Amino acid sequence: MRLIPVLALALWTSCAVYSQEADLEESMLRGKDIYMDFCVTCHLENGEGVANTFPPLAQSDYLAQNRTASIRGVKYGQQGEIVVNGVTYNNAMPSMGLEPEEIADVMNYIMNSWGNWSDKLVTTDEVKAVAE
Amino acid sequence: MKNSVLLICLTFVIFNWSCAQDPENQVNNPKNIPFTPELMIDKMQIPWGMAFLPDGSMLVTEKSGEIIHFKNGTKTKVSNVPKVYNRGQGGLLDIEVHPDYKNNGWIYISYSSEEGPEKGGHTALMRAKLKNNALVENELLYKATPNTTKGQHFGSRIVFDNDGYLFLSIGERGARDENPQDITRDGGKIYRFYDDGRIPEDNPFVGQEGAKTAIYSYGHRNPQGLAKHPVTGEIWDNEHGPRGGDEINIIKPGANYGWPVITYGINYSGTPITDKTEMEGMEQPLYYWLPSIAPSGMAFVTSDKYGDWKGSILVGSLKFQYLERLVLDGGKVVNREKLMADIGRVRDVKEGPDGLIYVAVEGKGVYKLLPKN
Repeated sequence: MRLIPVLALALWTSCAVYSQEADLEESMLRGKDIYMDFCVTCHLENGEGVANTFPPLAQSDYLAQNRTASIRGVKYGQQGEIVVNGVTYNNAMPSMGLEPEEIADVMNYIMNSWGNWSDKLVTTDEVKAVAE
Repeated sequence: MKNSVLLICLTFVIFNWSCAQDPENQVNNPKNIPFTPELMIDKMQIPWGMAFLPDGSMLVTEKSGEIIHFKNGTKTKVSNVPKVYNRGQGGLLDIEVHPDYKNNGWIYISYSSEEGPEKGGHTALMRAKLKNNALVENELLYKATPNTTKGQHFGSRIVFDNDGYLFLSIGERGARDENPQDITRDGGKIYRFYDDGRIPEDNPFVGQEGAKTAIYSYGHRNPQGLAKHPVTGEIWDNEHGPRGGDEINIIKPGANYGWPVITYGINYSGTPITDKTEMEGMEQPLYYWLPSIAPSGMAFVTSDKYGDWKGSILVGSLKFQYLERLVLDGGKVVNREKLMADIGRVRDVKEGPDGLIYVAVEGKGVYKLLPKN
């Protein structure tokens, strides 16, 4: 009898996990389209970047450790020195003029591709809350 | 005898080599640099286009949507600038003055515009006059349609030829299978107008049903360099190809430059786009870069201020962040030089009325190349 709430909880949890995974998958799919349009010319197909010019996104320590700053960079543009995987880059990335939901999608794609992994979905609300 | 046969063979081989373009071509580091760069206008984000006024002042566009009037060492923001669709590669793009600016005062501007019923934007051309640092008498001359939210390939450059026609380039807006080969659609084209925006009666597709009659040539991908040859008066372009397909072309009326049916490039992912590099009825590039440099801006050197530079072409490299000089001989590129290495993404290059070269660099501003001698 005591098993029922436990089972219910388990079922609820797995549904929630499943739905978050489905959300992530759909968001990443949309994010890939955005990436191939706005990001690929500099950061390249597999997020490898260009040596000493455009920082890599694939297995980037900066991206893993600076979630909000990364969202801010995509949202408002970024300029000046930035250290990624021990290499200093000094360049400018203009704001691409993306909508908050597009930024969330492309962030989810970047943060879960090429060996990157994030346990928390980037949502439109999270992007909206990031100030310049 | 044996030697002479060998010599003939060798000559033949060398002759053949010099005819075909080497698939991998390389840029050289010159020993003697005939200039010192001076950062004349500083603190700019993306200086996209430059124009020179008769009083020695300059107009520079900032992609985000501003025009800077630089006069006597001071930057002033020009007001009443058109609202731009600042997304992806779009924004406030090129700026050029009328060849008879002194008498008529017309300034031409290309930009990405949201005008029209659809969501998104497409490239537009306007003209205006400058009065008390404001644009006045603004006239929209052309607006490409339909809008799209794609962030790619707006072009665009503006140049006048010797007969006073205005040429404008517009990229294919990320719709390579729809736009560049279809003359009833905008994008992936070079256009020709009268200076007031009217379409010349002898444009190549006038009279063809459904055609956008402002089109002068088609099959382009994303031309971001347009210049008039100082001797022949021809209009030359450079354009971004896919990986390995950046090109220099001489623009001819009604000609098809092949994108995406023929190209020397491949997808960014490394997969092929087409196996064809040439086809009957399609133009071959005068030159193609391998690897791609992402060319932007184009200027012919006409002055004698930089040693033996006269007659060569200057092109900015966005990808490798330097200024490139291409030496021409007999209509072919025979040497490439890397100048201003690692300066930043070089967006535009022009020769001023003073015969000096001006270079617009992203994240920096506008450099003036001071001749050493």
